[in-house]
Amino acid sequence: MAAQVITITSGKGGVGKTTAVANIAVALAANGSKVVCIDGDIGLRNLDVILGLENRIVYDIVDIIEGRCRLKQAMIRDKKLPNLFLIPAAQTRDKNAVSASDMKRLAKDLYSECDYVLVDSPAGIERGFKNAIAPADRVIVVTNPEVSAVRDADRVIGILEAEGKGPGSLILNRLNPSMVKKNDMLSADDVLDLLAVDLVGIVPEDEGVIVGSNRGAPVAADPKSKAGQAFRNIARRITGEDVPFLDLESSGSLWERIQKLAGRN
Amino acid sequence: MSFLDKLLGKKASADSAKERLQLVLIHDRTDLTPAELESLRDDLVATISRHIEIDVEAMEFGLEHDGRSQRLVADIPIKRVPRRRAKRKAKTK
Repeated sequence: MAAQVITITSGKGGVGKTTAVANIAVALAANGSKVVCIDGDIGLRNLDVILGLENRIVYDIVDIIEGRCRLKQAMIRDKKLPNLFLIPAAQTRDKNAVSASDMKRLAKDLYSECDYVLVDSPAGIERGFKNAIAPADRVIVVTNPEVSAVRDADRVIGILEAEGKGPGSLILNRLNPSMVKKNDMLSADDVLDLLAVDLVGIVPEDEGVIVGSNRGAPVAADPKSKAGQAFRNIARRITGEDVPFLDLESSGSLWERIQKLAGRN
Repeated sequence: MSFLDKLLGKKASADSAKERLQLVLIHDRTDLTPAELESLRDDLVATISRHIEIDVEAMEFGLEHDGRSQRLVADIPIKRVPRRRAKRKAKTK
C-alpha cells in the first residue's frame, strides 16, 4: 500500500481550502479509504476545529519533526470515521519550524500507513506553501468564481508548473448558480477558460458548510447537502471514478425549465 | 444584473470580470506590464520601419493565450512600397 499525497492550496486565503480538505477527507474515509490529513498551516491551526477534533490534540506536526513523539502518537483518530486521522499544525510555532524535507520525510513515513495523505496548505506562495507542495504527488487548487481568487489561483498554477508539480487541478468553490444565471458571477466555463486546467469539482455555495463548521461536522457526511454531494463526487473522482459534474446552473422552477425548453434562456 | 442595467446598456458584471481577468492574467504570466509591452511595440515599429514602410495605424500588436502558453502576436500591414519603387525607376530612366 503506497499512499497518494494530495496537497490542497489556493494562493488567496479564505476560499475554502481547509473546508475542502476536511470534506474530501471525510468523503474518502466514508468510502473505505484510510486517510491522514496534515494541517500545514503552522501557527494558524484550523483543520482540527473544522473536523471537530480540537479537544483531542496532544502532539502536533512539529513534535513529530523534532522527535518529541512517534508519528502514530500525533495521529488523531476521527470520532466517527475510524480510518480518518489528523496530524494537527503547531499553534505556538511559526512556519520556519518545518522544512520541505521534513514534509517529504513525514509523507514518506505515512506511505505505508494509509491510502491518501491530504495536506492543507497555508494561503500565500511563501515558505508554508512551498513546504506543503514539496511532498505532493498531486496538487489541487481551490478557487472561487471571483477576480482576486482566480488571479491568485493562476499565480499558484504558474508556480506549480515551474516547480515541476504539473499545473494541478481545480476545485471551484462557492459557486452561486443564481448569480451565474443573472450573469453576475463568473461561470465554471469562464473560470476554466481563464485558467486552462483540469477540473475536479464545482461546489455550490451552501449555508450548510458554515453550519457544519460550527459543529465540527463537515457537510460531506450530510446526505442532503448539495455542497456535501459535490465534495463526495470530488472524492470519487480522486479515487479514479468517472463521475459526471452536477448540473448546478440548470434552473430550479418549472416555469424556468419551460422557458429553457422554449429557447428563452 | 437588473433589467434597468440591461436597459441602460450596462455590461454584465461577469463579462467585465472575465475581460479584466484575461488581461491581468496575460500580464501576470508574462511578467510584462502594459507600459513594457508598449515600449516593445515601439522598438518593433522602429526596427521594421528602418527596412520597410509599415502602416502603424492599422497594425495589431498584443499578447494572446493558447491554453496556458502565451504568444506575442503582431499583424503589421506593409504600405504599398513596390508601386512607388516602380515609379521611381520610371523617373530615372
